[in-house]
Amino acid sequence: MAAARLVDELTSKALGRYSIAVIGAEPRRAYNRVLLSSLLAGEVEEKDIELKPAAWWRKRGVTTIYGRKVARIDRDESCVALDDGSTVDYDRLVLATGSDPIRLPLPGADLPGVLTFRDLADIERIRGAMKIGARAVVIGGGLLGLEAAYGLAKAGVQTSVVHLMDRLMERQLDAEAGAMLGDAMNARGIGVYLNAQTKAITGAGKVEAVELGDGTIIPADLVIMSVGIRPQADLARAAGLTVNRGIVVDDAMTTSDPRIHALGECAEHRGIAYGLVEPAYEQARVLAGSLAGVSALYEGSITATNLKVYGIAVFSAGDFSGGETTQSIVLRDPGMKTYRKLVLSHDGGVTRLVGCVLYGDTQDGLWYFDLIKRGAPVDAFRDVLAFGRMLTDQKAA
Amino acid sequence: MNALVEAPAVRTTCPYCGVGCGVSATPDGNGGAAIAGDTEHPANFGRLCSKGSALGETLALESRLLHPMMLTAKGAYARVSWDDALDAVAQGFSRIASEHGPDATAFYLSGQLLTEDYYVANKLMKGFLGTANVDTNSRLCMASSVAGHRRAFGSDTVPGNYEDLDQADLIVLTGSNAAWCHPVLFQRMLKNRAERGAKIVVIDPRRTASAEEADLFLPVAPGMDSVIFAALLVAIVERGATDPTYISQYTSGFDEALASARLLAPDVETAARKSGLEPAALREFIDLWIATDKTVTSWSQGVNQSAQGTDKVEAIVNCHLATGRIGRPGMGPFSLTGQPNAMGGREVGGLANMLAAHMGFEPAEVDRVRRFWNAQRMATREGLKAVAMFDAIAARDIRALWVMATNPAVSLPRADHVRDAMRGLDLFVVSEVMRSNDTMNCGAQILLPAAAWGEKDGTVTNSERRISRQRAFLQAPGEVRPDWWIVGEVAKRLGFGAAFSFNSPAEIFAEHAQLSAFENDGGRDFDIGGLDRGNTAYRDMAPVQWPARENGAPAKRLFAKGGFFTPDKRARFHTLEEPALKETACAEFPLLLNTGRVRDQWHTMTRTGLSPRLGAHLPEPFATLHPDDAELAGLVDGGFVQVTSRHGRAVLRARVSDGQRKGEVFAPIHWSAETSSDGRIGALVQPATDRYSGQPELKATAVAIAPVSFARHGFALMRGEADLGEDVWFARVAVPGGQGRLLATDVSLEDCVTRARQLFAGCELAEFRDDAGGLYRVAAFANGRLAGAFFVSPSSEACGWDAVKALFAADEITASERKLVLSGRDASGLADSGPTICACFGVSLAAIRDCLASGKAASAEEIGVALKAGTNCGSCVPELRKIASAHQKALALA
Repeated sequence: MAAARLVDELTSKALGRYSIAVIGAEPRRAYNRVLLSSLLAGEVEEKDIELKPAAWWRKRGVTTIYGRKVARIDRDESCVALDDGSTVDYDRLVLATGSDPIRLPLPGADLPGVLTFRDLADIERIRGAMKIGARAVVIGGGLLGLEAAYGLAKAGVQTSVVHLMDRLMERQLDAEAGAMLGDAMNARGIGVYLNAQTKAITGAGKVEAVELGDGTIIPADLVIMSVGIRPQADLARAAGLTVNRGIVVDDAMTTSDPRIHALGECAEHRGIAYGLVEPAYEQARVLAGSLAGVSALYEGSITATNLKVYGIAVFSAGDFSGGETTQSIVLRDPGMKTYRKLVLSHDGGVTRLVGCVLYGDTQDGLWYFDLIKRGAPVDAFRDVLAFGRMLTDQKAA
Repeated sequence: MNALVEAPAVRTTCPYCGVGCGVSATPDGNGGAAIAGDTEHPANFGRLCSKGSALGETLALESRLLHPMMLTAKGAYARVSWDDALDAVAQGFSRIASEHGPDATAFYLSGQLLTEDYYVANKLMKGFLGTANVDTNSRLCMASSVAGHRRAFGSDTVPGNYEDLDQADLIVLTGSNAAWCHPVLFQRMLKNRAERGAKIVVIDPRRTASAEEADLFLPVAPGMDSVIFAALLVAIVERGATDPTYISQYTSGFDEALASARLLAPDVETAARKSGLEPAALREFIDLWIATDKTVTSWSQGVNQSAQGTDKVEAIVNCHLATGRIGRPGMGPFSLTGQPNAMGGREVGGLANMLAAHMGFEPAEVDRVRRFWNAQRMATREGLKAVAMFDAIAARDIRALWVMATNPAVSLPRADHVRDAMRGLDLFVVSEVMRSNDTMNCGAQILLPAAAWGEKDGTVTNSERRISRQRAFLQAPGEVRPDWWIVGEVAKRLGFGAAFSFNSPAEIFAEHAQLSAFENDGGRDFDIGGLDRGNTAYRDMAPVQWPARENGAPAKRLFAKGGFFTPDKRARFHTLEEPALKETACAEFPLLLNTGRVRDQWHTMTRTGLSPRLGAHLPEPFATLHPDDAELAGLVDGGFVQVTSRHGRAVLRARVSDGQRKGEVFAPIHWSAETSSDGRIGALVQPATDRYSGQPELKATAVAIAPVSFARHGFALMRGEADLGEDVWFARVAVPGGQGRLLATDVSLEDCVTRARQLFAGCELAEFRDDAGGLYRVAAFANGRLAGAFFVSPSSEACGWDAVKALFAADEITASERKLVLSGRDASGLADSGPTICACFGVSLAAIRDCLASGKAASAEEIGVALKAGTNCGSCVPELRKIASAHQKALALA
């Protein structure tokens, strides 16, 4: 996805300046991973999730090499070697290798039926394991785990989510929104186990159950591990580039080799390897600019989560947890299944929005996000801030 | 019920003030009625004021007392049968009268009762229980006028009529804010001015709405009215403006009266100094008065509610007698009665110092009434007047009390003392239309459900001696009964059945009329023998003025050619005392508290308080302060002020106005312990009374003021009753669909959260919380409706009251409305439309300002055209003028 966006940005800024080749290990054009759960749920078809059609790539003169893996980078020769032995030369190399799902080294983790949820191949595997009356356990109640659980449940699989933390999606939601989400999932028949350490996956020859630390046994025909991602930095590491958790890049998205760049989930910028699409797109814009000869700097993303889980819109941005130095405004209407928390800083007599969580009604999410990014003073409309842009604009007018 | 058959309109009379407007009530078949002015009634010719117009909003049964109740040993009320309740009343009165004498029993009645009710109660006490301890809330209202009339005319007679207000060339209003308190009459005065060029002079310590409309306003120092009229009398004589023939033929005592007036007001300068006026203004008034033959001098509570109220009445009457300006069209002294039937009460003798039918306690009068009633045990001397009556209750000299249709725990001076006194009664009976009020809450043992306006039948007499019928147009709900029936049933149980065998108000009225004519050779003013014409005539009786003698036409005016009701048929001039307030400002209590009414409320709000429309003008108990006094005390407009007297304290919203005299505080009388936490003004008022009338000086109590601040302000909206806690200041406001509380408190935000959640337990709650901003708001939902709301903020400015109130009134709440409800704003972003200025058409301050800003209107008249505001009762016109002129000023500055 990062690569597709980069090509889009670059060709619109400087079409023809570079001869571009896109190499992907998966045997298909780039697709929208965010829609994998919808695909699993049967809400969309595979063709619907393709990001750009063949013609689009062709029109931009992009050479697309799919289904072949890059074996190594040869920095001395300025080329990459593919697994079929061929090479592709470069003046500039961009790594957009993404990330791999983490597999927990649990007893029974290698049993048939223990899968991950990352790419189309995973979807095919999951589909292969689904049968009438199948029961699935998703280990991990983060964003990806819940998306997997959503897809499974929608596809008719009796699904449970096992989560180590005290609330779901703790990286995107505060406690109250997480609890509301848990309630919503329960209401949809999905079992949610919180504070639940998975002790083992058990079964004779195939998955039969998940055993929790407290002794709870959850019968399962299918286990999806969705406990996080790890930047895919193998090529970079092998090529001797600086790699921490991800491939280290500077503000120009350049690695330790000035001719090699990285972006997206494989990259680590200022110590952060983002796992979201929005920073990848921002990085693509910056990198495309610098490749096009326009000096541009990426200074990190204030991340926002803006998505639908189980048909429930959730949005979070900035520092939504707050702390002793921040203030918060809460608006909740459990009957309408909506919740908002706005986190404010108050320094030198000026109040600014620094984070927010929206649950159920995210209409004003991007507006809040803009206020957060701009650091705009909100004192003049603090009283109506929680009610969104409409009342604030009216107040200003 | 056949919905196609329209119930006929019933012609009745408004139950509020003494104007006595005719009302046409058309029942809707569901317990309500459409209310309109009776176009043929000579008091109002179709007009109604805001209160009268809103009568339809006060007919609901939710807060009514519908069954007899008795207090049980456990302290709760239990429903009992009428027989049990009446037996208990009769046995209680009988026992206490036999153990402690008849004077240990008392009735405290009301100007809200109909003449027939009053007659029966008065007859029972004064003729059969043998005590004159029958007094009435008219003591707080009209007693000084009664005393003044009787001393001057030999009878309690209002000489003129309302047509005089149409025909006068000068109308003087002294101690009367008629614009708010007698709005329909005030509109007649304004019409006279507009059409005939009459002048209006207002004499009042406050620049009231009436004063705003006046051609000349005299901001008199409190209690000093008689100095002005003494100066006037002196000037009348000095300029040779007397009517020597009238004085010599029809009066006596002129020289002494003039001498005393000269002592009070030797010259205009001295009089001006004493009365706190500019000499030029006083001179202008005197010139105008002397030069205008057709002059009506009207007064109301500002004159009456005074320890020298009787003197003030005499001072006014003296001037009219001296000029012979009495009893002729367009002139005369004219007392504007407060209550709908204060006059009727006076006619039957419902005051402790009157016996019956305008007769007193002269032995011949007592004997005459005894013979007429065939009475077994006549009271032979005056009973205790209201203030003294409640002191006697406190002293346990009176042990049995029956209160009918009034709320002394709120309205009497030193109301906390009154409350404590009633708690010590051996027998405490209350006849009421409402299920609960402050008086009942003082331990009333027997509650008797009385028929309310619209359910009962009888007569009332208005300020111009006009008797009008009040007619029933609604079924009596539950077990309610008319007061005359209740009293009559007790009388029967006491063994007086023969004298109380009334079957209808018509029979009572007939007896009342017969008594008025009994041995009346024209020596008594009150004679309505000509109205004793049988049941049908009573049913159809058109409004009629008394006297209405058997052989004579009803009198429109009296005394043009003497004919006073003194033994020598001459009126009496009276000498005047040097006026002095009973309490004056001192170091500890440096200000004077004046009390009065607001435009849209009546008495203790038990009825007007049910109308959302009427609650929207001035929803909170307040104190008006002069800017200098406010500044000295560190008070700001819109803040809170604690007002303390020697007798009690109140915490009120402060309103700072230069219409208030420096050194004085004004506070309205309406709020009770049921409608406010700290707004009972009666608790502060000192109990000194006029020596002739016994009327308390309700308008001058020494007080101290201090600012009060609350950490949180806000409101609650609820479908039913709820206790918010002792530590919450509140004012209750009727709102469509339930009740509101405007509140202020120091309790923590966390406590607010806890209480609000308890308040709305069982509902779906939506909450808004900004701890650092000090904001907490909750909305409760049930059955798709907004079931309640609770908002607090640190700001004393309104925060969403109007917007949320509108949603609270609606039958359902949409998702988009629900999303915004806690913002306190409607979808257009409007938070508050401000107070309702025009109660008749429900026009808010915001709407008026919009109209002015849009250029659609620039004056009060144009606002009327654009929004209808002020075009019904007109009592908001002075306010409209103020708003319009403030807008013009702002434009000029911009």
